[in-house]
Amino acid sequence: MSNSNLTRRGLMKTSALAGAGLALPTIFTASSASAFTNEPTGGTVTLGFNVPQSGPYADEGADELRAYQLAVEHLNGGGDGGMMNTFSSKVLQGGGILGKKVEFVTGDTQTKSDAARASAKSMIEKDGAIMITGGSSSGVAVAVQGLCQEAGVIFMAGLTHSNDTTGKDKKANGFRHFFNAYMSAAALAPVLQKLYGSERKAYHLTADYTWGWTQEESIAAATEAMGWETVNKVRTPLAATDFSSYIAPVLNSGADVLVLNHYGGNMVNSLTNAVQFGLREKQVNGKNFEIVVPLYSRLMARGAGENVKGIHGSTNWHWSLQDDASKAFVKSFGEKYGFPPSQAAHTVYCQTLLYADAVMRAGSFNPCAVVEALEGFEFDGLGNGKTLYRADDHQCFKDVLVVRGKENPTSEFDLLEVVEVTPAAQVTYPADHPMFAGGALGNCNPGA
Amino acid sequence: MDAIILQILNGLDKGSAYALIALGLTLIFGTLGVVNFAHGALFMIGAFCAVTLQRILNISFETIDPTRTDFLGNPMKVKTTYVETWFGPEVGASIIDWAVPLAILFSIPIMIGIGFIMERGLIKHFYKRPHADQILVTFGLAIVLQEVIKFFYGANPIPTGAPDVFKGSFDFGMLLGFEANAIIYPYWRLVYFAFAAVIIGAVFSFLQFTTFGMVVRAGMADRETVGLLGINIDKRFTIMFGIAAAVAGLAGVMYAPINSPNYHMGMDFLVLSFVVVVVGGMGSLPGAVLAGFLLGILESFASMNEIKSIIPGIDQIIIYLVAIIILLTRPRGLMGRKGVMED
Repeated sequence: MSNSNLTRRGLMKTSALAGAGLALPTIFTASSASAFTNEPTGGTVTLGFNVPQSGPYADEGADELRAYQLAVEHLNGGGDGGMMNTFSSKVLQGGGILGKKVEFVTGDTQTKSDAARASAKSMIEKDGAIMITGGSSSGVAVAVQGLCQEAGVIFMAGLTHSNDTTGKDKKANGFRHFFNAYMSAAALAPVLQKLYGSERKAYHLTADYTWGWTQEESIAAATEAMGWETVNKVRTPLAATDFSSYIAPVLNSGADVLVLNHYGGNMVNSLTNAVQFGLREKQVNGKNFEIVVPLYSRLMARGAGENVKGIHGSTNWHWSLQDDASKAFVKSFGEKYGFPPSQAAHTVYCQTLLYADAVMRAGSFNPCAVVEALEGFEFDGLGNGKTLYRADDHQCFKDVLVVRGKENPTSEFDLLEVVEVTPAAQVTYPADHPMFAGGALGNCNPGA
Repeated sequence: MDAIILQILNGLDKGSAYALIALGLTLIFGTLGVVNFAHGALFMIGAFCAVTLQRILNISFETIDPTRTDFLGNPMKVKTTYVETWFGPEVGASIIDWAVPLAILFSIPIMIGIGFIMERGLIKHFYKRPHADQILVTFGLAIVLQEVIKFFYGANPIPTGAPDVFKGSFDFGMLLGFEANAIIYPYWRLVYFAFAAVIIGAVFSFLQFTTFGMVVRAGMADRETVGLLGINIDKRFTIMFGIAAAVAGLAGVMYAPINSPNYHMGMDFLVLSFVVVVVGGMGSLPGAVLAGFLLGILESFASMNEIKSIIPGIDQIIIYLVAIIILLTRPRGLMGRKGVMED
């Protein structure tokens, strides 16, 4: 007869306890080894560049990628250092980030939200990217920003201009250096009033997605405030290529200004159509008919060719700026690639430097430490003058450029001229402005 | 009233493009029995023929002008085109200005060549396969062609202007007794409409009044019997494929100044052109042309604000809505014949 008092139940209990006891130290070491998602452990750190390499914004994406590569080169101590030399914060010395060599992986957003999320996810999960940056569409930026928030990595937005990115869809892990639709409207409206007077009737054609809607709302509000009347707001599908059937009704609408809330290929086609239909030679209500393109880029101006001459819009940055930072950036980009950078290239270069700098100042790659370092950060020397990363919504506040299509370009790059540099104070809005209401930053998420 | 006339004009030129593409599709379907999803890509390649000729004419050499500086502060490199040095600045500039009309001549041999290669190299092997296979292989081909164009020309639209004399717009209102500027229409779009009419007329007369056309029509009706009569119908059908490709290409060349060519312009037209073919009746050439213009005009009307305020979003679905109605009432399409695609 066995007199052992070891029962099956007792054995289970003991082994469970022992197991837990043995496992305890490993749980602790595991959590301290990765306090946050993709903590870099070796001698390198990986950044994920998520840009449209195919699809309608591929040229913008290609320029962004060039700027990212330049930024990585500068961070690792290569090249002439570009804007690292003019940046007001001096912690970046060309020795990588926190002594780790910067490496990067790229993903193709195809300018589609689902593809962009998939490529960002793969860069985070497979390649171990600690930060995701990029995007050439607000739809994409909002989608990827949400993903990064969930995954616990930082998202440094690229070219995204919708109010929603730092408005109702803002996230604690997301940051935007690029300006937004409200700022474009605030900068443009006074210039338009000066040029075209206070009694104008505006007709809006708007790309039917988040960016178009907020752009239309912002411009309509700003121009109505100075006395303009909005005759009609017509939404056009993003996939539209021939805008003639949308342009034709403008002729008989009584409007004397056409606002094209279009970007990229949409803008190139709608503007070309508008010019073909003779809108610019037209006289309505005793005034010259005018066309306004609120968000301008040089790449788009090149696509629209001669049609952009004399047409006003706004832009985040332009290579012809003569401050030291812009000159340094144009020099290092121009010498590497043979042509000047676009505003998309500029904003993503800045974002990469700003991220690296925040990590250095925080002394950690932990997203929450980076968020803390970026919130309320004031800097200068990145081509836009004094800039603030506002803590309330993670939006940069800086000067906005009002530009005009140049009448007599001297080269194929010399398509826009800066008409006015609108000071940051004039485009700043309260964090609880109704156009940005509806969302909350939430808390930073370190993941893991 | 003026708005209605304007939309009719608009519809006519959109309809011209639909009709030209649908015509080529029907020719291929009628002769070879292949549903060619790469036809939109042929339209796109046509447009890029115009872009290419423009680039060729603009090939230039660089000289350094020490009096001016570029964006980096280095001495400016000034480009002068070879055409201008060979023919003198004025003649050279006007040759470059006329790049698009010149591209018509340039594109015909290229498009016929591409048509031949496509038919002999790939599509030939799919004659005996089901329509689903043909659709897959031609659709795949369309994607490949699209990516090739994107690789060489980038993703952004490339402005390809009409000659200066056709810039600006024509005041139709004055002609019809309206006030000035009520109905104005770009010259080039009128040219496009006229061009489409000429091409459509040429294709019909070719089929109607030449022996070659007669044989092709006989072959479309009964391929086996024509073959038994000792006529090499396959060879003629290959030539018809080349002609259909050229028609699509020419439609693309002339369309370049209307909308700056980009790599996916073919896909934008392809789906609509298929609806046009189905509405017109599979295999019916006059049906394709009629349905092309009909749907173009309807689409134009549907995008009028007055109509959109009654039914929002109607401009997006009108073509498909009409297609459903026509197919419900006339399952063979407007002018479809019995026995086509009904086996």
